[in-house]
Amino acid sequence: MKKFISLLILLTFGILIFGQLPSVNIKDMEGNSLNFSKISNNGKPMIISFWATWCKPCKAELNTIAEEYEDWVNETGVKLIAVSIDDARSSSRVEPYVNAQGWEYLVLMDPNSDLRRAMGVNNVPHTFLVNGEGKIVWDHNNYSPGDEEELYEKLIGL
Amino acid sequence: MKKIVFFLFTGISIYSFSQNDVTPTVVSGNIQTIGQYYQEDTLINAALPDQLLGFNGFANVNVQRGNFRTGIRYETYLNTLEGYPTSFNGTGFGYRYLNWSDEDLELTIGNFYDQLGSGMILRAYEERQLGIDNALDGIRLKYNPYKGIFIKGMIGKQRYRFEDGLVNGNGIVRAIDGEININEMFDSLSNSNFKATLGGSFVSKFNEDNNTPLFNLPKNVGATSIRANLRYNKWRFNAEYVHKINDPYPDNQNELFNYIYKNGEGLLFNLGYSKKGFAIDLSAKHMDNMLWRSTNVSVGPTDLLIGFLPALTKQHTYNLAATLYPYATNPRGEISYQADLLYKIPKKTFLGGKYGTSIALNFATSYTPKREFINDLGTARQSYSTNLFSMSDSILYQDFNIEIKRKINKKWKFNVNYFNFIFEDRAVLVAQHHELIHAQIAVLDLTYNINRKHSLRWEFQGLWTKTTTELMTTSQGESVYRKEDQGDWAFAQLEYTFSPHWYVAVLDQYNYGNSEPSKRIHYGLISAGYINGSHRFSLQYGKQRAGVFCVGGVCRAVPASNGLTFSFTSSF
Repeated sequence: MKKFISLLILLTFGILIFGQLPSVNIKDMEGNSLNFSKISNNGKPMIISFWATWCKPCKAELNTIAEEYEDWVNETGVKLIAVSIDDARSSSRVEPYVNAQGWEYLVLMDPNSDLRRAMGVNNVPHTFLVNGEGKIVWDHNNYSPGDEEELYEKLIGL
Repeated sequence: MKKIVFFLFTGISIYSFSQNDVTPTVVSGNIQTIGQYYQEDTLINAALPDQLLGFNGFANVNVQRGNFRTGIRYETYLNTLEGYPTSFNGTGFGYRYLNWSDEDLELTIGNFYDQLGSGMILRAYEERQLGIDNALDGIRLKYNPYKGIFIKGMIGKQRYRFEDGLVNGNGIVRAIDGEININEMFDSLSNSNFKATLGGSFVSKFNEDNNTPLFNLPKNVGATSIRANLRYNKWRFNAEYVHKINDPYPDNQNELFNYIYKNGEGLLFNLGYSKKGFAIDLSAKHMDNMLWRSTNVSVGPTDLLIGFLPALTKQHTYNLAATLYPYATNPRGEISYQADLLYKIPKKTFLGGKYGTSIALNFATSYTPKREFINDLGTARQSYSTNLFSMSDSILYQDFNIEIKRKINKKWKFNVNYFNFIFEDRAVLVAQHHELIHAQIAVLDLTYNINRKHSLRWEFQGLWTKTTTELMTTSQGESVYRKEDQGDWAFAQLEYTFSPHWYVAVLDQYNYGNSEPSKRIHYGLISAGYINGSHRFSLQYGKQRAGVFCVGGVCRAVPASNGLTFSFTSSF
């Protein structure tokens, strides 16, 4: 699929790259706006995880990572960005949940799925690993117990 | 449509040539397909469509180069899946846009999605699983004149149907919105503990396809909203007020509300306090006659909606809690309250255990507003009066639920839930018996990690409805007191996952407590999937009971089906 589309678009535009963060304006939980393409972690890797308060596997994944997050940060300097796709009905549940669980992540709000569309996310959970140059090097559209191990291996392999 | 796609691509190619060659072209997109092969099953009332196969497919491609971005979505409904809106048919382009943006200005032409405030007076959005897509087709401009000040304006027609391509409705939607973030605006407040964002919008619609012999309906209808988000340390307060000019619309289900002549009004509050390990959240909503569409001709329930009315209830995910008596906002109006309490018992304590224990309590309730009808049915113009937060004694919904989650050790994890519902089905008509339904649900969800990669998960659920005082004679000639709606259900599921690629699951739902013994049916289902990165394949075979499928407080009735389902999703 990727090859076919590359070919098609290559014929029209020349140099092509995949896996770049899109330029979409988005807010954090406090309402501060930022441009997603300008997000960086000073040359260190980032994990971007799309989730929602009504998505059990998403919460299982982020809670599992939370147990080991401190170690991951110390070892690799990684920063996790949790993008909530909760809409107007459930977006007020995001902050209470995040704080009650004690997540140390940067949480962004995507209530009308603008960033979700721009990143090609079909359904949640969908987790991306971004290297120090801001390029997506791995992604996974699911969560089963143990998937965090694969993410960790990819992360320390960077 | 071909012309448009040609236009988008030539536009960006010309732009490409004028740019320095080092500017890369960034490509992203996704694909999603679902196919269902149907079998007849008279026992569960699953109909067999003539075409035997339903198939929905979607592919998005976005291309960005410098400040330019463009994208298309190709959609295929051959034939539309059973239960999906039948107004989606054929194959073709359903969405295309061209966007230019720099530091403080953004221009979009073609299709776009947007939301003003919480979306009560305007929300253009897509909920693909429900078949909702009311994308605007027109022009939008966003401008950021000074730090902390955001202005946007838009005009367009709404997506209505899909017939080998996008078909817009006739009505026109026009909107402006402004927002000020005080802390971004004044440098002296940037580090303040007090944070405030204030906003306001005006939306109007124009449509002419609305005149009946009896009524001369307004061609232009306006709605306004104001909103504030305030924060102080760990406290948070949001409020939004919306108002809509009278906009009579046909109501085929209730004569009292048919072409009602009344302004709409809504007020939404949310107050929360949260810190590490503890959160409390309270919400209140008064909403009356706020449903509006870009047409005044009777259309499908989710067609041509301009605003989105959020339900103040928790969205449940366990099967029996989510699909039998789920709550959707009552579009005529409701007064709702919700309270949430979250607490994490700290780890390494007697009650918290080694890893801590999470407890979540939620209570939600909705009532019909108290309405004084002004005219009787004999006159042409009908109206009523309401007062903010003045509710009648007619309950629409009540939900009390508790969730306790705990990791016992490296191997075992459990999650127990209890739900207590009161559901007025005479207002929504989704159950088998239209009555006030009282249901209790219990769920036990257990996870066992065999090792680092393999795990097993069991889910056991039971649902029990109240016994009525109504005697009925069963097909076996017995005389029993009837249980509400379909009576009691049991649900069991076993799932085996092999990280990171495989899963397989079997489940059975059994309506063991139906008052009518011939309706005590098993619904068995087996499913398996393979995941590799962003590619996800899944296969499912078995019976699916009729139910209600909801996302974001908007629900769709799904008919019973029996057969094989294949799905594939991927992104790039």
